[in-house]
Amino acid sequence: MNVNVQFAPAATVAAARRKLRTRHRLVTAALTLIVLALVAAALTIGDYPLPVAEVVTSLLSPFTGVTDPASDFIVLGVRLPRAITGLLAGAALGLSGVIFQTVLRNPLASPDIVGITTGASSAAVIAIIVFHATGLMVALSATGGAVLIAALIYALSWRGGVTPYRLVLVGIGMAAIAAAITSYLFTRARIFEVQQALAWLTGSLNGASFDTLGPLALGLLVLGPVATILYRPLASLELGDDAAKALGTRVEVTRLGTLLVAVVLAAFATATVGPIAFVAFAAGPVARRLLGPAGNPLLPSALVGAAVTIGADLIAQHALGRNQLPAGVVTGAIGALFLIYLLAAANRSGRGG
Amino acid sequence: MTVAAAEQRSSRVPARAGGLLLLGVVLAAVLFLSITVGARPIALGDVLAAIIAPAPDSTTHRIILELRLPRTLVGLLVGAALGLSGAILQGATRNPLADPGLLGIQSGATLCVVLGISVFGITTLSGYVWLAFLGAGIAAVAVYLIASMGREGATPVKLALAGAAVTAALGSVTSAILITSVETLDQIRFWQVGALTGRTTDILLQVAPFLLFGIALALTTGRILDGLAMGDDVARGLGQRVQLNRAFAGLAAVILAGGAVAAAGPIAFVGLTIPHVARAMTGPNYRWILPYSMLLGPILLLGADIIGRVIVPPGELQVGIVTAAIGAPFFIAFVRRRKLAEL
Repeated sequence: MNVNVQFAPAATVAAARRKLRTRHRLVTAALTLIVLALVAAALTIGDYPLPVAEVVTSLLSPFTGVTDPASDFIVLGVRLPRAITGLLAGAALGLSGVIFQTVLRNPLASPDIVGITTGASSAAVIAIIVFHATGLMVALSATGGAVLIAALIYALSWRGGVTPYRLVLVGIGMAAIAAAITSYLFTRARIFEVQQALAWLTGSLNGASFDTLGPLALGLLVLGPVATILYRPLASLELGDDAAKALGTRVEVTRLGTLLVAVVLAAFATATVGPIAFVAFAAGPVARRLLGPAGNPLLPSALVGAAVTIGADLIAQHALGRNQLPAGVVTGAIGALFLIYLLAAANRSGRGG
Repeated sequence: MTVAAAEQRSSRVPARAGGLLLLGVVLAAVLFLSITVGARPIALGDVLAAIIAPAPDSTTHRIILELRLPRTLVGLLVGAALGLSGAILQGATRNPLADPGLLGIQSGATLCVVLGISVFGITTLSGYVWLAFLGAGIAAVAVYLIASMGREGATPVKLALAGAAVTAALGSVTSAILITSVETLDQIRFWQVGALTGRTTDILLQVAPFLLFGIALALTTGRILDGLAMGDDVARGLGQRVQLNRAFAGLAAVILAGGAVAAAGPIAFVGLTIPHVARAMTGPNYRWILPYSMLLGPILLLGADIIGRVIVPPGELQVGIVTAAIGAPFFIAFVRRRKLAEL
């Protein structure tokens, strides 16, 4: 009798944990498949139709030596860099967003809202409108802007420590200043320059190439594992600073470390593709709703971010016939619709909230 | 309640009432400056004369009655509306990041104005007023419907997420139009910043009934917000009808934010930050936060408008830019200095 009372709950807990682990694996595997399918679609769909077999031959041509200049150029020179850029930028934004939301304990606190992306944007707009910069210079100023505003926000929030609440408030203050600079330049500049800046601000994968991908790929390669290592202490921060301290977490170090990772990821992604809307905001909530009550949301969020970005770019390129839109126009719509659908679905089964 | 606590509490009421009075005096001074300062400085005597006995052939009187006075009153109402709606939305969703744009109001208004310009060729400010109102209303209703599906109805997190999702979706459509139509972009970029420039009597008369009604409604929501601040379960335990009350407070906020965006364009900063300043001055009691926000909002908005008029002569800087550029450093200093009253 006693034995039963002691063992039954433990067995139940173990079963529940197993169920959650299984769900986590299933969700991760499904998302990976979706991302791979989207990449495959991005390689095959286009104005110049290529059968799957030729795409595969082109992809393998560096190893097999079987070359076909026309299809190799389209697959390896145009479509592959574009798909990989979408994959990496989306993953970086998704990861960055979910880290911000977790550290700051606020579902609204994505890098777009607490000022990081705004800083990158206004630095890029200054570069475009004031210094007539293009390409690499715009990307460099965006990175600089993001890092600078993040450092300012952190420094200005510091009073013998940083609380998430103060960090968020200082963040919206700094975001307002950065947005005011952008607005000011928008009303003063010539309309042609405004248009050029707006195109950058929307975010797109046009002009993606392997040459500009280095920093983002390297950043993701180094910081992805770092984020995974920091996830355990990060999860304890969600319980509140005091509880986290009691659990043995070094609160300030964890917060600074994870925020640093998130800022650098957001900065590199924004520099590469522009401030693509809503990916960083939506990836975390979408992943968490797919995962259910528990589990590490980092990898699933990165996958959701990648899927939304590549999918949006596909739609933006091909859905409207000859009229090509920047991907950033579509990410907002897709991410939003998906989030709304998940909210509604969760409501139907009574899991909303 | 102990005697000491009761004494402490009763001694705070005069202090807070005194603070409110002081803010009223500051606001009166700002109103006065807003009428007198500008490209043509105007003496106090002229202002009084223009109001009491307007002379039809006096340029000064016409400037006062047709330009400065309507602009100042629009600024007063919009500032109060932004402060109040921000405070209500932060209280009703218990989120310090909530602002008048949260429920999709500003993005809905912007999309409707953009459509009005690009499809129907409407380019007058008073035309924008109705478009903005329409867009704000549709967006807010959509957000509320999405968030309130399901068993528990509209919880704060669902409201915030639904609002952000609708904002992003509408923003996508807006930027798709602006990217493909240069003419629309050229028109909208001045409205989109948020400004009081050119707000004349007809615009004042269009929005004043809504804003006044919204302000009256908003000032009655203090008890509701104080209850909701304790969390839905506690509020329910204290006998509040949580969903109904949140919907009522939300309605007041939507009327105010919709009226504000219709009159002055999307200005985010005032509604986002003023409630935090009010909260730091009064503590967490919404029956004080609301009136403080109502007075602080126009002080910031009109103060910024006055500075925007004189800072780059002979031109003007839009109030949306000045509120953020001047208000944000103050706000950051404020956030650093005080022991913050968290939501």
